[in-house]
Amino acid sequence: MNEFMLIFRHMDGQSVASPEQIQVWMKQTMDWIGGIAAQNKFVGGNGLPFDNARVVKNVHEKLVVTNGPFGEIKETLGGYIIVKAESVEEAVEFAKGSPVLQGEGNTVEVRRIAKGDGVH
Amino acid sequence: MPQQELIPHLFRTEFRKITAVLCKTFGIGHIEMAEDIAGETFLAALETWPYKGIPPNPAAWLYSVAKNKATNVVRRDNLFTGKIMAQIKEPADSNEEFDIDLSEQNITDSQLQMLFAICHLCIPKEAQVGLALRILCGFGIDEIAHAFLANKETINKRLTRAREKLRNEKIAIEFPGEEAINERLSTVLTTLYLLFNEGYYSECNDAVLREDLCLEAMRLVYLLTEYELTSRPEVYALLALMCFHASRFPARKNAAGEIILYDDQDEALWNRELISRAAHYLHKASTGNTISKYHLEASIAYWHTHKEDSKEKWENILQLYNRLLQTEYSPVAALNRTYALARANGKKEAIAEAEKLKLEDNHYYFVLLGELYTGINNVQAEKHFQQALSMAHTQPDRQTIQKKITMLFNKKTASR
Repeated sequence: MNEFMLIFRHMDGQSVASPEQIQVWMKQTMDWIGGIAAQNKFVGGNGLPFDNARVVKNVHEKLVVTNGPFGEIKETLGGYIIVKAESVEEAVEFAKGSPVLQGEGNTVEVRRIAKGDGVH
Repeated sequence: MPQQELIPHLFRTEFRKITAVLCKTFGIGHIEMAEDIAGETFLAALETWPYKGIPPNPAAWLYSVAKNKATNVVRRDNLFTGKIMAQIKEPADSNEEFDIDLSEQNITDSQLQMLFAICHLCIPKEAQVGLALRILCGFGIDEIAHAFLANKETINKRLTRAREKLRNEKIAIEFPGEEAINERLSTVLTTLYLLFNEGYYSECNDAVLREDLCLEAMRLVYLLTEYELTSRPEVYALLALMCFHASRFPARKNAAGEIILYDDQDEALWNRELISRAAHYLHKASTGNTISKYHLEASIAYWHTHKEDSKEKWENILQLYNRLLQTEYSPVAALNRTYALARANGKKEAIAEAEKLKLEDNHYYFVLLGELYTGINNVQAEKHFQQALSMAHTQPDRQTIQKKITMLFNKKTASR
């Protein structure tokens, strides 16, 4: 059994949604994760709030700290979960259920987590 | 209390007290001797009471006999090997009366200390629960074998190995310090949780409910809440969980002793006082930052005390199961979560999720599928119920499933 990280990327992390919409997304996300956990395939996960985010960047050998990852890049990281799966295909099936994908242009990236067994 | 119930009752309540105090007095190396003395004490009652009458204070009588027997064992030991006395910190002068402290305080302390000794990480979980059943609940080997669906020999071996291990590791019977509590409290709680479940969901025999066992588990958790170092949020949460469940004892069985499922229970029979006590404990549990699985399960049990269905109820239960499964997966939680999903989000979604659970070796899985398909595809529903029926191994389970099949047919004919 491998572990895969499902990384959520949003097109625009700053766009404002209504509280009702947020409530719906929250429930969908919780049900989605609950469904994975009910198959004993959930390992962990977390949201990454945009609020008060910083980026530290190397600009001409100097470290520059900017507020948030927004503006320069189109996509921003919104969170991740880690699942257990036999294959990348199974992990992709989990990913397809993510409510994040309801947003046009949003992505869920599926990456296998290295096992630290000396092979990877 | 009717006379024929007196000895079993006393055995349940006093055997464990005597055993715990004697273990504490003699040290962890002599658990078996403590059990033997406690056993012989009851034998003495059986030999004496029928002829001389039941003493006015039976428990006190038992204590004094146990004391005498213990003193004799120690004296005999002094004469020969001195093995036992070496374990006792302050060897009594041979003229001095050897004292066994059976005061209420020492009984309570000894039981809690034994609980922590038994839950030492050096012995496996199954053995811990077995020893707890034996020493802290006064179960016989037969009953433990029954509870574990194992034969007597296996249980005997398991307990003997565990006693040996405790002896070899020289585990102290004492109140653990804060560090040891941090290390062992979760094991202690798991053991008590299993004890309670053993009574509540008993699969071992067809007497569906073993209230005694549940009450024992509740009593021990209560003791933990009374002790400063262990009166922690998760302990209160576990006690709340147990009280919520126990509140339904009177409603869970009909006159014929058959189990009555939650949906069919008469809520007027629910014990309101226990429910409000449970709510009180749950309130006490909601301090600090940690949410244990007991918090989540107690909250689920809380929502189940609202008999009437509401969107709010099932949505809350669903989210609690979602979190519970992230904390700790179990097939039961996965099945219950899917049921809650059906109630909160609809059967179609729940069927799709249920098909992913892959719990084909669990007959409750097919009961769930049968429930979900009922009214949507009754042919499928019946197929699943039949599958469950062929797998169920207790009489109450088979009866319950059979009823569901019958109801399915009634619905079919009614709709024609």
